[in-house]
Amino acid sequence: MRAPVRHHIVSVLVENKAGVLARVSALFSRRGFNIYSLAVAPTDERFSRITIVVDVESAPLEQVMRQLDKLVNVVEIVELAPEEAIERELLLATVQAAPADRGQIIQLVGVFEGTIEDVGPDSMTVLLAGSPSKIDDFETLIRPFGITELQRTGRVALPKLTHRAARLKAVSGKD
Amino acid sequence: MTGAQALIKSLEMEEVEVIFGLPGGAILPVYDPIIDSPIRHILVRHEQGAGHMAEGYADVTGRPGVAMVTSGPGATNIVTPLADAAMDSVPIVVITGQVATRSIGTDAFQECPITGVTMDITKHNWLITDASDIPRVIAEAFEVATTGRPGPVLVDLPKDVSNAQMDWYWPSSAADLDLPGYHPAVEGDPHAVREAAELIRAAKKPVIYAGGGILKAHAAEELLELAELTGIPVVTTLMARGAFPDSHPLALGMPGMHGNYTAVTAMQRADLLLALGARFDDRVTGKIATFAPEAKVVHVDVDPAEVGKVRLVEVQIIGDARAVIRQLLHELGPGAREGSQRSDRPDLAPWMAQIRAWQEEFPLSYHQEEGGTLKPQYVVETLRDMTPDDTIVVAGVGQHQMWASQYWRFDYPYTWVNSGGAGTMGFAVPAAIGAKVGRPGKMVWAIDGDGCFQMTAQELVTASAEHIPVKVAILNNAYLGMVRQWQELFYEERYSEVYLSPDLPDYVKWAEAMGAVGMRVETPEEVAPAIEKANGVDDRPVVIDFRTDAFEKVYPMVPAGASNDDIIVGPEEGEGGR
Repeated sequence: MRAPVRHHIVSVLVENKAGVLARVSALFSRRGFNIYSLAVAPTDERFSRITIVVDVESAPLEQVMRQLDKLVNVVEIVELAPEEAIERELLLATVQAAPADRGQIIQLVGVFEGTIEDVGPDSMTVLLAGSPSKIDDFETLIRPFGITELQRTGRVALPKLTHRAARLKAVSGKD
Repeated sequence: MTGAQALIKSLEMEEVEVIFGLPGGAILPVYDPIIDSPIRHILVRHEQGAGHMAEGYADVTGRPGVAMVTSGPGATNIVTPLADAAMDSVPIVVITGQVATRSIGTDAFQECPITGVTMDITKHNWLITDASDIPRVIAEAFEVATTGRPGPVLVDLPKDVSNAQMDWYWPSSAADLDLPGYHPAVEGDPHAVREAAELIRAAKKPVIYAGGGILKAHAAEELLELAELTGIPVVTTLMARGAFPDSHPLALGMPGMHGNYTAVTAMQRADLLLALGARFDDRVTGKIATFAPEAKVVHVDVDPAEVGKVRLVEVQIIGDARAVIRQLLHELGPGAREGSQRSDRPDLAPWMAQIRAWQEEFPLSYHQEEGGTLKPQYVVETLRDMTPDDTIVVAGVGQHQMWASQYWRFDYPYTWVNSGGAGTMGFAVPAAIGAKVGRPGKMVWAIDGDGCFQMTAQELVTASAEHIPVKVAILNNAYLGMVRQWQELFYEERYSEVYLSPDLPDYVKWAEAMGAVGMRVETPEEVAPAIEKANGVDDRPVVIDFRTDAFEKVYPMVPAGASNDDIIVGPEEGEGGR
């Protein structure tokens, strides 16, 4: 489940129009690159931001990014180095929670600053937002209780304010 | 007005003079206002023909070609021309009919999701769902097709949208277009241009590697000026034939798999490659690891994704070829900064002497015996010598295409039309028709193969019906000749499914049945009289069936995957020559 160590985060600002996601994802699939996670949502009426996590070597990725930038609907592309980005993810999980286990689960959720969103007779649904590694750790710890359903959103990311995002050289044609 | 009327009016606003097309159910509403429009419509016999005609028209005029077809099979039949135009950066605008919006996704009659099908082979495409978007989208389509790196675009128009009412408007400026992510480069980075100029000044063995981008950017004059200012010899790729005059002393001709020895070897030995609108295609580079090993590379291209794709470069300049060459001329010319004059540069004379020696030792060659079997190269040379210098030559794909490119003398830009990147057999006849429509005052000769001709010959019916007097020279060797050549050289002469027969079909009767003049030529002596007769026909198409030597092969040749250093100059070096 953990993201590959040398993963790349590509943040793509696109026009919010039908078919744009297909055009973007096709450029990855055409070369056989598997998208590890992908999150997309509108930023305003006109644009959406797509955050793509992909595990490829840098050189072919740069080529894909140059091709992505050629898409008419793509407004801007930024590659975010993991150490220069704030990455967050959200997890929803329904966990088996027999009465004897409930206390432990509630405790874990508390330690990770998550919330209990729903409680049933023998299970509960928990929510956790945080850095991907924190989500990974939490998932590892609750898995032994028995996860019946799980949904992670995939990462969203923005550059840290102390770092200027390294915009693709080719995009501006300048060093 | 209706969406259909708005579409035609939008095409008129874009100064479209001709549409190549074929109607059908979903595009019916748009065909009605065509009757009242000044735009000429040319009714093709197959939609693939419409696409290639639009390409031929665009190639010779520099203006976007327009094709219009119906939904479903009409749309899928034009997929090949779209892919072809994408590979060769040809600006064409294809309008497809689509089933009504409420039926999209229901497998309705003649429904095909053509925007999805063509997503990867168009520069961009649009599905219009609101009639009021039509003028804006058409303006965007022409803007995208013709600017930056040109390419094909497709606009899919559902039948209910073309029937719907809308209030006419026309986007009067670029600001009215909705293209927030589209910013094609023009000028190159001045810093990079200076770096390139320094490499040019320092080079002892430079070569200009001119690609099709020179023609797209209308930069042939600037290229000539740059070559003459710097004294650097020029290779012109298959897509750039005509971009630099073959008669010029600095012209080295075509490089690549079937390029001449000097062009190939000059690139291999160069210490500087100045790539202008070229993309280091595998047919040019051969085995990339051994391509031009000593060369520093300056790569000028309007498409950032091409730079560094194949070959790492010393200097990249993203920009329009004409604009960047002008910047280079400014850096290198008499008005340039002190210390940048030509006199400071190394003497290129030894390099040019080496090039002259290669040219002398390894010219293109073939041997036409008097009274012997007709050689295809002899046909090309005779045709070249008997036609005006600015004749437009259109080729299909295969041996005949290579012989045409090798043996013609291209001294003018936009006189060579062919399918380079995609290698689309059957390209020549329809593309020649499109070229003749775009340049009716020029003589247009298609040099075609017998295999290619059979793929799209039906468009000669279009040419006859529309009075488009193109001329077709079929180099009929009764084989899928290039495949045969590979089987001879690399498959131990095991010929698999390449024989076509010289007599089936009967090309003369076929030509006549399509309203063209048909002739057959079997000996070298008959070549000139037949061409003379063909040149005199100006009211209908002409087809000459030249019966050529089936054993003739295209040389020089760099076998696929081999290094350009291992170029085979002629049959005596080839494995198992005849």
